[in-house]
Amino acid sequence: MLNFRPLWRYEDAFIEGILTTLELALIAGLAGLALGLVCALVLGRGNRAANLLIRSYIEIIRNTPPVLQIFIIFFVLPRIGLRFPPFEAAAVALTLYFGAFVTEIIRSGLDSIPKAQVEAGHCLGLAGWQVFAHVVLMPAMRNIYPSLTSQFILLLLGTSIASFISAEELFHTAAVVDSRTFRSFEVYALISGIYVLMVIAFRLLFFAIGRLAFRWPVAR
Amino acid sequence: MRTFGTIDLLAFATAFQYTILLVVLALIIGAPLALGFAMLRVSRFAPLRWLSAAFLQVIQGVPLLALLMFIYFALPTFLGIRLPPLLAVTAAFTLYTAVFLGEIWRGGIEAVKRTQWEAAACLGLGAWQQFRHVIAPQALKIALPASVGFLVQLIKGTSLAAIVGFIELTRAGQLSAAATLQPLLVYSIIAAIYFVVCFPLTQLSRRLEARLNGAR
Repeated sequence: MLNFRPLWRYEDAFIEGILTTLELALIAGLAGLALGLVCALVLGRGNRAANLLIRSYIEIIRNTPPVLQIFIIFFVLPRIGLRFPPFEAAAVALTLYFGAFVTEIIRSGLDSIPKAQVEAGHCLGLAGWQVFAHVVLMPAMRNIYPSLTSQFILLLLGTSIASFISAEELFHTAAVVDSRTFRSFEVYALISGIYVLMVIAFRLLFFAIGRLAFRWPVAR
Repeated sequence: MRTFGTIDLLAFATAFQYTILLVVLALIIGAPLALGFAMLRVSRFAPLRWLSAAFLQVIQGVPLLALLMFIYFALPTFLGIRLPPLLAVTAAFTLYTAVFLGEIWRGGIEAVKRTQWEAAACLGLGAWQQFRHVIAPQALKIALPASVGFLVQLIKGTSLAAIVGFIELTRAGQLSAAATLQPLLVYSIIAAIYFVVCFPLTQLSRRLEARLNGAR
């Protein structure tokens, strides 16, 4: 009954889909991380107008479905002259989506550093940026590393909604192959397996990076 | 092409009821399953723990979209049956709820100190009574903010049912946008409806979390 053979000739399409999915996740992941870091730092400054703007951005993104965010960016922005092809539109939408969650995570991380620790850094004669980098940012990153990486896993799975606007990532490939071969069960079983493997691979990778990056001992 | 009007708003109102219906069904059927799943995850019988952990890996390692397509298209095609759309979509969201909510509740159960079980056992309570009267109330309190957070995730997640043509809010928006050629207006309205529902819940979740952390 199970027949994966018709899928073999689409091997290239699947590989292409996997690469696009990874590309989408990595672009949105890195750009969203940068966006989130900037937003989190600006939030800490206490500028009223900037805070209101960032808070609205976070709440709008967090409280509406990502599908609609992709639709709005893909269908609506061309009206004001910004025309993105599907992949770029999806990358922009997912960056904004990931950035909103990252802002909140990084903010909570920065807030988790006690004031006394910053003062201790200054007492040691470190320059302002050194205190920020070594005494605030790195320990904060250590605290939020698990939330950050699981948010990235959600982003990786979330790239599948880019198929709503026909960006040619893995899920879209599945729909195309399904419509040509009519082997729905095999196609979706296959891509589900691929997603699970990608998730496991990233979890292992993040675990290894975490072990290497955060080696200094902490008193508990 | 027609202009955007009352008829679209009425369609949104109807479709919104289906969004709510999906959420309510997923919660009513999914919550007891979530409790069962949480129990499996902390079971004393190791093979049950391994099986449930493997199941968790699969469900949490697959996009919700794939879960929907699998239950709506792939499985019925394979078995040669036809599932009514509401049933298939509900099954997918129920499974999603059972696993994600179950995992949140497992976290709550494990956050309650081991000594609480022992103290309850010393009082002569049976295993179920220990859980029901001592562990569950504390676990519920710990897991409540995250559970409300999951509710928001579920509400937003139902928008993905649009992919199988199930007419909930997002699908109604797609149809209306295609008919009126006014995507900006339509999608803004649809997004606003989700926002009005989700925002208070997000705030509630935050407030519960703040109160919980304050109490410690």
